[in-house]
Amino acid sequence: MPKQLLSPLPGTFYRRPSPDKPVYKSEGDTVAVGDVIGLVEVMKSFTEVKAEFAGKIVKFIAENEEPVMAGQPLAEVA
Amino acid sequence: MAIGRLLIANRGEIAVRIIRAARELGIRTVQAHSTADADSLAVRMADEAVEIGPPQAAKSYLNIDALLAAARKSGADAVHPGYGFLAENANFADAVTAAGLIFVGPSGDAIRIMGDKAAARAAAEAAGVPVVPGSDGRIDDPERARIVARAIGFPVMIKAAAGGGGRGIRIAHDQGEFDTLMPQASAEAKAAFGDGGLYIEKVIEKARHIEVQILGDGNSAIHCFERECSLQRRRQKLWEEAPSVVLPQAVREKLCASAVALAESVKYRGAGTLEYLYDDESQKFYFIEMNTRIQVEHPVTEMITGLDLVREMIRVAAGEPLRISQDDVRMNGHAIEVRINAEDPAKNFMPAPGTIASLRIPGGPGTRFDTLLYQGYQVPPFYDSLLGKLIVWDEMRGAALDRMVRALGELEIGGIKTTKPLHQVLAADPEVRAARFHTRWLEPWLEQNAEKMFA
Repeated sequence: MPKQLLSPLPGTFYRRPSPDKPVYKSEGDTVAVGDVIGLVEVMKSFTEVKAEFAGKIVKFIAENEEPVMAGQPLAEVA
Repeated sequence: MAIGRLLIANRGEIAVRIIRAARELGIRTVQAHSTADADSLAVRMADEAVEIGPPQAAKSYLNIDALLAAARKSGADAVHPGYGFLAENANFADAVTAAGLIFVGPSGDAIRIMGDKAAARAAAEAAGVPVVPGSDGRIDDPERARIVARAIGFPVMIKAAAGGGGRGIRIAHDQGEFDTLMPQASAEAKAAFGDGGLYIEKVIEKARHIEVQILGDGNSAIHCFERECSLQRRRQKLWEEAPSVVLPQAVREKLCASAVALAESVKYRGAGTLEYLYDDESQKFYFIEMNTRIQVEHPVTEMITGLDLVREMIRVAAGEPLRISQDDVRMNGHAIEVRINAEDPAKNFMPAPGTIASLRIPGGPGTRFDTLLYQGYQVPPFYDSLLGKLIVWDEMRGAALDRMVRALGELEIGGIKTTKPLHQVLAADPEVRAARFHTRWLEPWLEQNAEKMFA
């Protein structure tokens, strides 16, 4: 049963630490608890989104630079 | 050329401020807005509104093509850039002008000169304005940078030549630190601004931040005295005053005259601010940079001079000469502004967007609240955390502080955390009441007083 990683805050979701860096995680990558999967920018400050459970990223639900609400699913992990 | 219809290429409280000034001049206002701002106070107040894109600023408020299209569509003949976003983007100013519209601000060339720290410094020196000891222009060669740093003496500040808003600044206390930080700063400047050029200057310990408001019409310029903005956190101003109580009158006159000389030397048109560091002990001031736009803290100057700076900048943009001479600008009393941000001062200033459940705005004598809030408004998470600015005026600074305490007590913003508790503690602090502070005073104070912020 796939589980969803949720955005902890409302803001803009980023999959990269900065525009010229590679993505934190790609679809198919495994994640451990505490691994950073992206950033949420809220009012010009950045918060890391960390995996709350381990598994493999099935797919990203939110796109890079997408506006997200708190509690919105960002990625599916199985 | 008169302005009939003004496009506001900004958002938040400054958009509301611009609408007010334009309306008093009989100008129709068109509010450009992202989809996230469709319910904003500025959109509700403006005569018309045009959507310019999705929430992300890069696709809306920073999108030059979308803003020009909005201006065309709405039949605007002028564009006000506010502050932040594209306000100091010379290419935007040029694009607006090339489209046959009036840019409410200086020429693209003036923005280019004053927006580049090294070029601004050269212009300042040419106008006889003292500058902080540092590199005579931008440095691209690391070896030359080392020589310059050694010559001016540590600690030194490493800044991006193309930077702004405190970004990309590093402080090196010795040669070893300098060798580590210099390449980092260059790489970061290249990534952030597309320009790895750096600028090095001496760190003035315990300096105050004092800035001079100027108005120019492209031929002549006048000053509207100074503001002191020494209370800063992470180089962001939180509390501003006018005038500075530590400035002797003779120094004030020299400082303000230097600002006028520099503004006139670049044929400045519009409202602008020249920022200086001021050293209490030596009573010396050093020019650091110019902001070629209206500033957040402009109301404290309006309160002590009685001028409407936003209205004046619109008038000169329309081609009118300055209506007032230097002798007409008089300073009266003392004004203080505090920034009410959607941040929790008890939790390291964590951003706090959300819905405004209730709102009570302070009033009474000498009290002004410039805000983007209304009851029921949902503060979007995509932009700056500034919700409003509480400004008070009184005859003397002590009375203004008492009035600030009273007005903060009246202010109620229900539903989200704000910086109000911080300002209540600050306004009662003996050091603040005695104006004994400098630009690095607030951060250690915040660490020592963190527990007082729970409210």
